Amino acid sequence: MRKLAQLLQQGEVSSTEIVQNYLDRIAQEEGRINAFITVDKEGALAEAAASDARRKQGEPLSPWDGIPIAVKDNICTLGVRTTCGSRMLENYVPPFDAAVVTLLKRAGLPILGKTNLDEFAMGSSTEYSAFKAVRNPHDESRVPGGSSGGSAAAVAVGEAPWALGTDTGGSIRQPAAFCGVVGLKPTYGRVSRYGLVALAPSLDQIGPIARNVGDAAVLFSLIAGPDSRDATSSSQASFRLQLEDEPFPKGLKIGVPEEYFGEGLSSEVRQAVENALSQLEALGAVLVPISLETNVYAIDTYLTIAAAEASSSLARYDGVRYGMRVEAHDTNTMFEKTRGRGFGSEVKRRIMLGTYVLSASHYEAYYEQAQRVRTLINQEVQRAFEEVDLVITPTTPTTAFRIGEKRNSLEMYLSDLYTAMANLTGIPALSMPCGLDSQGLPIGLQIMGSHFQENVVFQVAYWLENALKGGSLSNG
Amino acid sequence: MGKYETVIGLEIHVALLTKSKFLCTCSTEFGAPPNSHCCPICLGLPGSLPIVNEKAVEYGVRAGLALNCQINSYSKFDRKNYFYPDLPKAYQITQEAFPLCGPGYVDYYYNGELTRTKINRIHLEEEAGKLVHSGESIVHSEYSLVDYNRAGIPLIEIVTAPDISHPEQARVFLEQLRLILDYVGVSDCKMEEGSLRCDANISLRPVGSQTMGTKVEIKNLNSFRALERALEYEVRRQEAVLKQQGQIGQETRTWDERSGKTFSMRSKADAPDYRYFPEPDLPPLELKKAWIEDIKDSLPELPLERLHRLMEQYGLSHYEASFFVNYPDFNEMLEETAAIFPNVKMITNWLMGDYSRLAREQGHISPKMMAGLLEIVDQEIISNNQGKDVLEEMFATGKAALTIVDEQGLRMVSDEDALQRVIGEVLAENESLVERFISGETRLFGFFIGQVMRKTQGKANPEVVNELLKTALNSRRI
Repeated sequence: MRKLAQLLQQGEVSSTEIVQNYLDRIAQEEGRINAFITVDKEGALAEAAASDARRKQGEPLSPWDGIPIAVKDNICTLGVRTTCGSRMLENYVPPFDAAVVTLLKRAGLPILGKTNLDEFAMGSSTEYSAFKAVRNPHDESRVPGGSSGGSAAAVAVGEAPWALGTDTGGSIRQPAAFCGVVGLKPTYGRVSRYGLVALAPSLDQIGPIARNVGDAAVLFSLIAGPDSRDATSSSQASFRLQLEDEPFPKGLKIGVPEEYFGEGLSSEVRQAVENALSQLEALGAVLVPISLETNVYAIDTYLTIAAAEASSSLARYDGVRYGMRVEAHDTNTMFEKTRGRGFGSEVKRRIMLGTYVLSASHYEAYYEQAQRVRTLINQEVQRAFEEVDLVITPTTPTTAFRIGEKRNSLEMYLSDLYTAMANLTGIPALSMPCGLDSQGLPIGLQIMGSHFQENVVFQVAYWLENALKGGSLSNG
Repeated sequence: MGKYETVIGLEIHVALLTKSKFLCTCSTEFGAPPNSHCCPICLGLPGSLPIVNEKAVEYGVRAGLALNCQINSYSKFDRKNYFYPDLPKAYQITQEAFPLCGPGYVDYYYNGELTRTKINRIHLEEEAGKLVHSGESIVHSEYSLVDYNRAGIPLIEIVTAPDISHPEQARVFLEQLRLILDYVGVSDCKMEEGSLRCDANISLRPVGSQTMGTKVEIKNLNSFRALERALEYEVRRQEAVLKQQGQIGQETRTWDERSGKTFSMRSKADAPDYRYFPEPDLPPLELKKAWIEDIKDSLPELPLERLHRLMEQYGLSHYEASFFVNYPDFNEMLEETAAIFPNVKMITNWLMGDYSRLAREQGHISPKMMAGLLEIVDQEIISNNQGKDVLEEMFATGKAALTIVDEQGLRMVSDEDALQRVIGEVLAENESLVERFISGETRLFGFFIGQVMRKTQGKANPEVVNELLKTALNSRRI
């Protein structure tokens, strides 16, 4: 991206040319990938023209002015429909931009369109999109992961240079791993959620998806920052990092939790991650075997809390004010019919689950219990980071599975086995490619840091990326 | 005395007088065109997030302090989930587990005795929108519209202990509560505009029993009178059921003003499960002690303090002091006038008399003008009765009392020689009546006074005339 920015600055290429290039690529690839729900051709070209005009005046908004981006379709865009992959909001056009979209526009980034996702971000394969399933660019018979499958696939196939995703239990990292791109779930509170259509507000974060670590860091720096419109946003949210200037932090302690390398992990994924770990050791890191025993409860805890919050957050789709409405003679019937027809089966399943765990007679046994376990997980993770600087694990137990392979919801839920912990605890976690399996499918490695330690995460990811490319192991 | 005693507790919703809404920056103005004070947040649009209005928290704390409540330095928000067209997010942001204020109490006079009703808690929450039905009610309407101007206005819910023993006491308590909240300026407490709403829980139990009877909740109480009437009705209804060995069902009933009865709305079995859980979009409220102290220091004198002070400082009766406590504008008039003209007894009589009618119709005159009037009455420049006419004239023209007196030549005649002459004339002109007076028809005294006043165009000093006339008539008797 630095190169592209340089070419733009030197006038070697125009934003209009770049945007047109990506639009052509979309036209070429969409037939087989289905990464986009909406392509905003006119909007993107208009923004590109405006960017070119700014460049001509010598007044670019940022070094990235004119470089386009794709945005997941659960992030509100003023005047461009935002469907959340649901029939419920099929024709919903938000009257405001999400905070992150405002930041992108302020940096001069034209928005190519809105990317496909599992309905309301509930899913791990993007098969639950109400419109169409996304296909993995590395093997069209396979899923791209989810729920940010559209964003990850678009970046992987070159339909967009970078994209925004959202992550509630692994929805950026798992598709990034499956598609062979870099994705970050930032520290909770680091990126404003204003304008992100809520799935589970205590877990949701918006984050960057890019082709390499450097680009992901740049995009993250554009969207991170405090926002008075999000009460959960942190005052220490801003982020600036010049990766190339930072040497590898020798002596850095990397925790390797045994629980993440146990049963269910494919041997090829294990090998790739272990290889990456030895590369890091060679760079000067110290590997520390640790234990994160509570991770075995992470999925159940995550599902309970996410379903509870989702059942409430999605209650507003009742047909009264916006979105789909199925007419009826009384309001209760209208609510029932609208929600019955507007939501897909996975969304209904989670709403029912969430309603159940919050009901008076089950609250204590499920929701409250999950909150107690969440506290235990938090305590364990906090203790771990007193011992080590980073924790490295596989992002997913396996590489991309086949479309239609996981018929059972429970099986699907296990996709978040290694990722949900970061959402429950709010820590930053990045997924990056660390090799290919025997079928040529990308393998993802996850780097988790302590709260607000994205700089360390990115730094190590950057050096690891270099090392895996066969770059020089020595550095100054 | 029946064999049952009544136990009443109230749940009171009060709309706070903040300029902007609880969780967004929309205006709270009353009576604006429908849906003109709305934004993505109070409409619950996808992606919008709430931000707590600090002023609403401050007002909640003010109310809590005025009601002697413990202020919790840590409180939290919860979601109360239910579907209704007037509820934009299909959940209400409220405080269930950790309310803003803990236990407190209100002291007030009921039946002449200082009485205490305990407050269990006060919490913050958001108001819903308003349904506008095309027909008379929701079931009789072809369609209904929703006005979300009201959605998101901050409310406090005040929950009392089951401490109240009579329907009338419930009304008196609620009136005192309204007065306190009005004093501290957190709400205008207008029941007719819905800025004060009250639900009542009521149960009966045998006199002397320690266990509570089954409680019934009454809703739709739109006035202080409705509260008292509905509770009176419910006492009679429950008593009748219990006397026939019947069972009171735990239920919610609605008050029907027209028939003067309560009707069952839903039984306990149909009570909704609101699925409360912590609001993930809002961090807990953590209040600094110093901030709470600042609010405490800024509280004005409260009604009960004022009542006691007025009685002590000015020697007012309980009845008089209550008048000024209930009408703070009259109290301001009283105290500011008293600072200029120290005869408080006289000010009180005037303010509670003719003045109160005029001021209610036309608004107050200045304390300085009032003192000016009272001074010339006190100095007998004009009579008490003349004073009343002058007061009317002051309201009508805005002129000072003395100016009116001079313009109209109203100065009272107290000159004894002059009055003696007039009395002589009157008695001479009514010789036969004087005879009758002397022979015992003493009620004619008033007639003679009237004649003297007539001849002096009402300017004669009545007290002086009284004395002189008595002397003159007595001298004739001998």
